[in-house]
Amino acid sequence: MNTMQRSGSGSLQSPRSPSSQAPFLSVSVTDPAKMGNGVQAYISYKVITKTNLPEYQGNEKIVIRRYSDFVWLHDRLFEKYKGIFIPPLPEKSTVEKFRFSAEFIEMRRQALDVFVNRIASHHELRQSDDLRIFLQADEQTMDRARFQETGIFKKKPADLIQIFKDVQSKVSDVVLGKEKPVEESTPEYEKMKNYIFELEDHLAEAQKHAYRLVKRHRELGESLSEFGKAVKLLGTCDDDALGKAFSELGEKAEIISIKLQKEAHHLLMNFEEPLKDYVRAVQSIKATIAERATAFKKQCELAETIKFKEIDLNKYRLTRSEKLAEAEREYEMLKAEGEETSRRFDTIVRLMNEEIVRFQEQKTSDMGLAFHEFAKGQARLSNGIADAWRSLLPKLEAHSS
Amino acid sequence: MMGYENQESHLYASKEEMESLVLDDDSPTGTAHPFSDPLSSLPFAEIPTDQSQTPNSSFNSILEPPSYAEAIFRSFDADHSSPQLNGSHDHSIASPSSPPSSDDFLTITVSDPQKEQELSNSLVPGGTAYVTYLITTRTNLPEFDGTEFSVRRRFRDVVTLSDRLAESYRGFFIPLRPDKSVVESQVMQKQEFLEQRRAALEKYLRRLAAHPVIRRSEELRMFLEANGKLPLVRTTDVASRMLDGAVQLPKQIFGETAGGMVDANEVAQPAKGGRDLLRIFRELKQSVSNDWGGVKPPVVEEDKELVEKKQKLHDFEQQLSNVSQQAEALVKAQQDIGETMGQMGLAFVKLTKFETERAVYDSQRTRAADMKNVATASVKASRLYRELNAQTVKHLDKLHEYLGVMLAVNNAFSDRSSALLTVQTLLSELTSLNSRIEKLEAAASKIFGGDRSRIRKIEELKETHRVTEDAKSSAVREYERIKENNKNELERFEKERHDDFLGMLRGFIVNQAGSGRLITNQVLMWDLGSVSVVSEAMSTGTRDLEYCDNIRNFVLGIM
Repeated sequence: MNTMQRSGSGSLQSPRSPSSQAPFLSVSVTDPAKMGNGVQAYISYKVITKTNLPEYQGNEKIVIRRYSDFVWLHDRLFEKYKGIFIPPLPEKSTVEKFRFSAEFIEMRRQALDVFVNRIASHHELRQSDDLRIFLQADEQTMDRARFQETGIFKKKPADLIQIFKDVQSKVSDVVLGKEKPVEESTPEYEKMKNYIFELEDHLAEAQKHAYRLVKRHRELGESLSEFGKAVKLLGTCDDDALGKAFSELGEKAEIISIKLQKEAHHLLMNFEEPLKDYVRAVQSIKATIAERATAFKKQCELAETIKFKEIDLNKYRLTRSEKLAEAEREYEMLKAEGEETSRRFDTIVRLMNEEIVRFQEQKTSDMGLAFHEFAKGQARLSNGIADAWRSLLPKLEAHSS
Repeated sequence: MMGYENQESHLYASKEEMESLVLDDDSPTGTAHPFSDPLSSLPFAEIPTDQSQTPNSSFNSILEPPSYAEAIFRSFDADHSSPQLNGSHDHSIASPSSPPSSDDFLTITVSDPQKEQELSNSLVPGGTAYVTYLITTRTNLPEFDGTEFSVRRRFRDVVTLSDRLAESYRGFFIPLRPDKSVVESQVMQKQEFLEQRRAALEKYLRRLAAHPVIRRSEELRMFLEANGKLPLVRTTDVASRMLDGAVQLPKQIFGETAGGMVDANEVAQPAKGGRDLLRIFRELKQSVSNDWGGVKPPVVEEDKELVEKKQKLHDFEQQLSNVSQQAEALVKAQQDIGETMGQMGLAFVKLTKFETERAVYDSQRTRAADMKNVATASVKASRLYRELNAQTVKHLDKLHEYLGVMLAVNNAFSDRSSALLTVQTLLSELTSLNSRIEKLEAAASKIFGGDRSRIRKIEELKETHRVTEDAKSSAVREYERIKENNKNELERFEKERHDDFLGMLRGFIVNQAGSGRLITNQVLMWDLGSVSVVSEAMSTGTRDLEYCDNIRNFVLGIM
């Protein structure tokens, strides 16, 4: 599988690159291996980095990583680079049975490879320290980093804090008798949000049917195989031309059944998986939208708080209260925080505008490839099937005469 | 990029509208697609003529010589056989009116179910209702009075016909009549049931008409031609038969009807179906003594070849049943994949519409165009699968048909067995009569002057013996006749089975191959529309060599 193509605006190591002296960073995720036993068993992957960037030690580095390491990287990037659509991860497997099936492992490996490459080719994300740690650090350092993350800085507690804040502000709003909407409502942004939410629904449906289509290929293959076996048995009842004709048909049916299974696999990896990836990407955008909403709300709340502080300040000035100095200090701090928050929010807005363009372009390219693979696979399958059946006809003619 | 405005109307498709979905095949590159319009607008069977008329024979020659393509699609039309591939026509699937011999024909149609009232002599006041069907016949056979005529018959008449044929044509492979299925008629929708029954009756009568001997039977002629009430003896139900038989029994036991097996004609009928309880008992006794007696019956099934043949047919029947089951599963799987393909296509249609409506960036419009291609191809492929399946069902239906034929074969063999049993029973009778006569004669000879009562008894026994001897001859003649019928029918069956199945296989294979080609064409076509693909295929050339060759040749062919 050519991962370069999948990463869209590819790393500069494509054949179209003008000079080999240009900076490049190319990563591959390979060699899944089962580690450990029983309940604690997991899959490890080899992550191979090839680069000429000065921040990295040496030209090539190989490290061993597991799925939760990728999750760590994703979560860190999500925290640090608000506004950027962080490339999505493949899902945690819910069904125990399939966790170690060859197909699942291969699908996950492919998805993880795409994930890292997308980060490595994103002009901002590729500069992240966390990426460097992920690609270079020895296993112990990686384990420690991951452990730390799951301790205190996990998103979940942060969410809880956010919820408290929400409740706080809501309460204060009610108490103070105002119900101001704390949501951005520029028409363009509204349009984009609606688009994203509806897109997810449509995509999910298409992906659902694509997955079913994979299953149908498998089922058709199986029933054709059983049919072939039964026909072969029927052929043993006659030892004349008719018997031979049945046997040949049965054989052919079994051969074609294998073609169907192959195409089912091809369809899964090269058509259904990209569709699923598309869905995940949209979900990632939704997460960014939530981040933006949070930042916006924070900005609004701070603005409110600053306004009240101003009122207090004036009050103190008038009454020449000794609280004035401290209030002034607090006021300055709040102003600074307000500016910082605004800056952060503006960054998110700016980044999102760039990202949405990049997203659309990348998805067109990804989908174009996926559709082409779909066409190729289907054409190859149906042509192969037609040829296989057709090859029986001369023999059949011989039997008829 | 493509003038989406005028194509928007095509994108509104709900599940219900899928049938009538008009899909636009314009290629975004603007390159002329010779297949696009014909495929979307013309009915299915017309495709070959268009294909052969296109100037792009180079593309055709890659995938198919035009004559072959034509042959494929001819086979989609079930009323034709494939002329290209075979000189002799196979026993066509849907036109059983094509007779074994060249000119004469007997075409039967069943139609127009009507409700009628049965008047008077029923226990239920007001009469019961029943359904009649219009049986229309066209023929040039000399036995019939006319060339085109109709009668009305009810299902009961069909049962009568079937039973009379079974009696007259013992040893023949007589097609089985449709089931009575009384329970079902209450469960099913009335209309559905009537239609199913009509179709089943038609099939049955056509099969009778296809049988070289039965088609000329008087029973069939009367059924098809005689106006008014069917002039065949009605079969009484088993209970009343047994009742009649029970009345006869005392007479038989006490010797009022001599021997109980006088009627040589009756001998020509199996015991089980008849009124003759005594005969039934006797034959049962005989069969038990055959199986457990340890004494070889006087006449045995001497035809070793037949025993082998029966075993082979039994094996064939079992495997056939298995294949038939797997065939059903295969048809279901084909149906499923077609449905899912269509559903996916619809989902992509919705997506395309969505992206087009909300497009802000050009990349979205490009993507929408690509998506539309996928949607179109999927929906079309789904239709092709549906057509493939309809044809597959027709071909594989032969399997089910032959399962029915095997039942008829079994019936014919059991005719033979029961005739043999009758002969064996009569022979045993004769043997025991002989020994009784001998004993009596020996005893009588010891008394000087003769024993009046004994001599009378001997006379009676000798009379019985004579009658039984006649009956036995008659039974033997019947047995031989049935054996001969069996033999002829087997020959006919073997030949027809050979031809029928080879025809079925050919039809199945051609259908699958043709459908495969169509789907390939479909897919290649829409994928070519994707600009990026074409240019990439032509520039790199290294990726997917064969696929690119196809594309390149096609594109070159139309330039």
